[in-house]
Amino acid sequence: MLHWIFTTGLLQTILAYLATAAFGVLLNIPRRALNLSGWVGAAGWLTYEALYQVLPTTINIKLAIGNLVAAVVIGVFSGLAAHYKRMPMIIFNIPSLVPLVPGGQSYRVVRNLVTGHPAIANQYLAQVVIIAGVIAIGFLLAEFINRLLWQLRH
Amino acid sequence: MTDANLLMNTTLLAGAILLENGAEIARVEDTMQRIATNAGYPDAQVFVLLTGITVSLPTVAASQVRAIHQRGMDLEKVDQVNTLSRRYADHEIDLPAFATALAHVNQAVPTFPLSWLLVAALIVSVTLMVAFTGHATLIDLTTCAVAGVVGFAAFFAINRIGRIRFLSEFVGAFLIGLVTLISFWISHGHLHPDAIIIGAVMPLVPGVAITNAVRDTMTGNLLSGPARAIEALLSACAIGLGIALTSIFY
Repeated sequence: MLHWIFTTGLLQTILAYLATAAFGVLLNIPRRALNLSGWVGAAGWLTYEALYQVLPTTINIKLAIGNLVAAVVIGVFSGLAAHYKRMPMIIFNIPSLVPLVPGGQSYRVVRNLVTGHPAIANQYLAQVVIIAGVIAIGFLLAEFINRLLWQLRH
Repeated sequence: MTDANLLMNTTLLAGAILLENGAEIARVEDTMQRIATNAGYPDAQVFVLLTGITVSLPTVAASQVRAIHQRGMDLEKVDQVNTLSRRYADHEIDLPAFATALAHVNQAVPTFPLSWLLVAALIVSVTLMVAFTGHATLIDLTTCAVAGVVGFAAFFAINRIGRIRFLSEFVGAFLIGLVTLISFWISHGHLHPDAIIIGAVMPLVPGVAITNAVRDTMTGNLLSGPARAIEALLSACAIGLGIALTSIFY
């Protein structure tokens, strides 16, 4: 595990940081938020990747748990970042989702349907539903934690 | 109590900017309600759908509607509306100044020049291809970079020229497939087309829209959530079809 963190984990963190910051540029987020949102995205993706390595279950359950915890991490960190920079939360949590979000799977569903592989399309469709649902639940949990943190502080 | 007409216009404009630039329904409703409350109408009724917003003030028996025809993603504008609404709540600016500032936000030009956007599309494509698939040979990296930039440039250009919906996604995806196909021929098949395409389509795919659809539905917006999902489904179809047209050849 330690070896994984210092090789693949480190590389994946850097990749996710770059991807999130660059996606932030595409979504036209304010420049002063780019760096921080990159780190929020990196934290979320590292959580997901680590859980994906550790969990001993089937792919769909790995996806569900990994994305759920990663969404909670992103939600809580975006809440803190939004409070720190006095900006709305979506400036941090929308770009940070880019590695997790089921965009690739949604396109694969259509592509496999069109090219005549309905069974594979079905698998990807299940993944789209699982990931999107789990991220939404993760954000709800994160909002709850953010409110708890806020009440503890006051 | 302030001028009801100006208040309704300002509230609608703030809501419209938020909705047109990627905010969730709950945030739009919350912001509009706050503006009305701060202006002295705590009983204002705000009703937000994905395609139109309504605000009505029962005390003066007045209401207004505003239709929303296009939705994109521009978080800078969301941030600016948020800042303005916060300053209005702190009494730093009055309602007329708020209204003028909002109109200004709506016409503001994007902060990042086109060259930045193209570089960003390149970075998103290449980094996510490596992160998702682990393929990083030289030919994979270069093809993915070219495909990602070409696809996004086409997507951006068509969005600029005309408002034909889903055509931009389709053409962008088609060009990504074409670049991959050409590279496939040049390198005699020594590359991973699936990995390249999954990276290159990342700037275009409606992943955020799908997640927002679920989030909107979960906050009780049972009309807007599914509507967003259909919009996302159509753009996924456009991209999937664009890629499928060229993927027959390998």
